[in-house]
Amino acid sequence: MFGAQVTALSPPSVDYTAMLPVLIVLGAAAVGVLLEAFVPRHLRWSVQVTVSLVALAGAGIALGAYVPGAPAQGVTTMVDTLAIDAPALFLWGTLLALSFVALLFIAERTVEPGGAFVSQAALRGAAGAGGSVSTREPETTGGRDGAAPADGARGMQTEIFPLTLFALGGMMTFVAANDLLTMFIALEVLSLPLYLMCGLARRRRLLSQESAVKYFLLGAFASAFFLYGLALLYGYAGSVRLGDIATAAAGSDRSDTLLFAGFGLLVVGLLFKGSVGPFHAWTPDVYQGAPTSVTGFMAACTKVAAFGAMLRVLYVGFEGVSWEWRGILWAVAIVSMAVGAVLGLTQRDVKRMIAYSSIAHAGFLVIGVMTLSDSGLAATMFYLLAYGFTTLAAFAVVSLVRDADGEATDLSSWAGLAKRSPLIAGVFTFLLLALAGIPLTSGFVGKFVVFSAALGEGLAPLVVLALVFSAVAAFYYLRVVVVMYFSEPAAGGASVTVPGAFTTVTIAAGTIVTLLLGIYPGFALEWAGAGGFAF
Amino acid sequence: MPMLEAEPAAAATDVWHFAQEAGVTSSVETYLPLVLLLALSTGFALFSVVIAPLVGPKRYNSAKVEPYECGIEASPQPVVGGGRIPVKFYLTGMLFILFDIEMVFLYPYAVAADSIGLFGFVAVTIFIVAITVPYVYEWARGGLEWD
Repeated sequence: MFGAQVTALSPPSVDYTAMLPVLIVLGAAAVGVLLEAFVPRHLRWSVQVTVSLVALAGAGIALGAYVPGAPAQGVTTMVDTLAIDAPALFLWGTLLALSFVALLFIAERTVEPGGAFVSQAALRGAAGAGGSVSTREPETTGGRDGAAPADGARGMQTEIFPLTLFALGGMMTFVAANDLLTMFIALEVLSLPLYLMCGLARRRRLLSQESAVKYFLLGAFASAFFLYGLALLYGYAGSVRLGDIATAAAGSDRSDTLLFAGFGLLVVGLLFKGSVGPFHAWTPDVYQGAPTSVTGFMAACTKVAAFGAMLRVLYVGFEGVSWEWRGILWAVAIVSMAVGAVLGLTQRDVKRMIAYSSIAHAGFLVIGVMTLSDSGLAATMFYLLAYGFTTLAAFAVVSLVRDADGEATDLSSWAGLAKRSPLIAGVFTFLLLALAGIPLTSGFVGKFVVFSAALGEGLAPLVVLALVFSAVAAFYYLRVVVVMYFSEPAAGGASVTVPGAFTTVTIAAGTIVTLLLGIYPGFALEWAGAGGFAF
Repeated sequence: MPMLEAEPAAAATDVWHFAQEAGVTSSVETYLPLVLLLALSTGFALFSVVIAPLVGPKRYNSAKVEPYECGIEASPQPVVGGGRIPVKFYLTGMLFILFDIEMVFLYPYAVAADSIGLFGFVAVTIFIVAITVPYVYEWARGGLEWD
C-alpha cells in the first residue's frame, strides 16, 4: 500500500572546481580540529595560524583561478542546492579577504600576552586544556581577572582558529545557498561557532559569557523563526528551492497566507543575523562582551553573510511579490537607521558605539536590498565590502587602547589620545569619517552608490531619511574625534599599546582598503556588478 | 499568528492541494493502516494499564513512594560535591546522540549502496570521517576521562 517505488538513484553531478573555495575552508577547519588534538601545546599557535592562513590563501587562489573562466550565468551544483554565480563569487571573495585580515587580528598575542582567549568559556582564570579542576584559579574581583603570566609563556589557546574557519565555511555556503534548507544548515554552521567564540574572552569573563548566552538564546529564537518560515513556504510552494517558490508565487490561485506568513518569519531570521533594527537588541551587548577580535570578525563577516543571503532570498524568491513586502522593509529600514543613529548618541562605550553604528549601517543596507535592481545589488555588495574593512580596522584600533585592566573602551579614557599617539588617533579618525561617509573614504562611495540606486527605484523619501540619520550618526563619530584631539589627557587614562605585526597588518589593510575604495572604487564596483543571480 | 487564524480554511485547502499534487488519493484504503495502528496502540496502552494492577504482585517498600524507583537517590543534599550532582555523563551522552544519528544515515545508504556506487561510497566515507574528527578530538583532549 505504501510501498514506495525503489527507483535507481543516480549520483548527482558535483562541480568541484566551483565549490573548491568552500571545500578548502571546511576541510582546513576539520584539519584544525585534529591539529588541536595531536600537536603539542607549544607548537599549536604557529601551526594553527599557518594552516588557517594558508587555507584562506588557497581558497582565495582557487576562487581567483575559477572566476575568469566561470560561466557568465553562474552554475548550480549539488542537485541545485548551491548557486555559484557572480554575486556568490563576489561575496566569497569579500568573505575570504575579510576573514584573512580578521584571522591575523585574532592571532595577535603581543598586545594581550597569551592571546585574548581561554580554552573553555566556563573556565575561570587562565586554565589549561581539558579543564581539570586543579588548574582553576579563584576568581578575582567581579569577573575581571588578569592573565596569568605563566600561561602567557605557554602560548595562547588556539581552538578559535578552527572555529573561525567553520564559521567562515558556513557563511560562504549561506550566501550561495539556492534552497532554504541548505541556507538553514549554513545558518547553523555559521552561528554555532560564533556563539562559542563570543564567550572565550580572557578578560572581563562575566561580560563575555553573558554576551555568549544572550547571543545564543536570541540566535536560537531567530533560527526557529527562519525554520518556521521555511516550513510554511514549503507548505505553500511544495519545494524549498527559491526558484520554485518564485514560480509558485507568480502564477497560482493559492491563498497567500502561507506565502506571506512564511516570508515574514524567514526574513525575521535573516534580519536578526544582519543586526537590523528592530531585531538588533543583541548587537550592543554581544559586540561589547565578545573578545574584540571576534567582534571585528563578526561585525564584518556576519554582516556580509546575512545581507548576501537576504539579497538572494529577496531577488530570486520574492521579487515577484515585492509590492506586498516592500512597505514592511520600509519600516524596518527606518527603525534600524533611527535606532542606530539616535541610541548611538547616548553611548559612552566605544565598542557599543560602533555596535549602534553597525545597526545604522544595516538600515542603509536594507535600502540597497529593497531596490531589487542590478545597480542596487552591486551597490549593496560594494557597501558590504567597504563597511567590512572599515569596521574591522576600527575594532583593531579599539583593541590597542588599554589601561591596567585591559582594553579601555570607556570614552572618557580616550580623552587626549591624539597627544599620546597621534598616528593611532589619526587612523581612528579616518575610520570614523569613513563610517560617517565623508568623501575620499569608501563609506562615502558605498552610501553614494546605494542611495543613487535607491533613487532610481523611487525610494526618494527613504534616501532623505537616510541622509538625515547619517548626519545624526556623524555627530557621535565626531564626538570621539573631539574627545581624542581637544581634551586634556585624563590622569591614569588609557595608553596605546604598541601593536604586534598581526594587528598592524589588520589596521593597515583595513585603512588602505578604506582609502583605496574611496579614491578608486571602479574595479570593485565593476566586479560587484558582474552579473545577477543564477537559480 | 492572526493571519493564519483569520483564514484557516484557505490554509488547509492549500495543504490539501499540495497533497493531491504529491499523488495522495483520498480513499479509505489509504488511511486504513493508520487507523489500525492507532487502534492497536491505544488498545495495547489500555491493556497494559488495566492488567498490571490486576495480576502484578503487590510488595510495598520505601522505594515505591519515590518518584522513580531507580537512579540517584532523591535526597536534599547528595553526598558528592556539596549538594551538586556531577553531570559529566553529558559528554558521553552527546557522543551517543552523534553516533546514533550516524547510524540513522548509514541505514539508507546501505539500502541504496548498489545503485549509487562509488559516489555514494566516497560520500558516506567523508561523512564518517567528518563524524570521527570531533570524536578523536574529544578523546585526545581527555574528554572521555571520568576523573
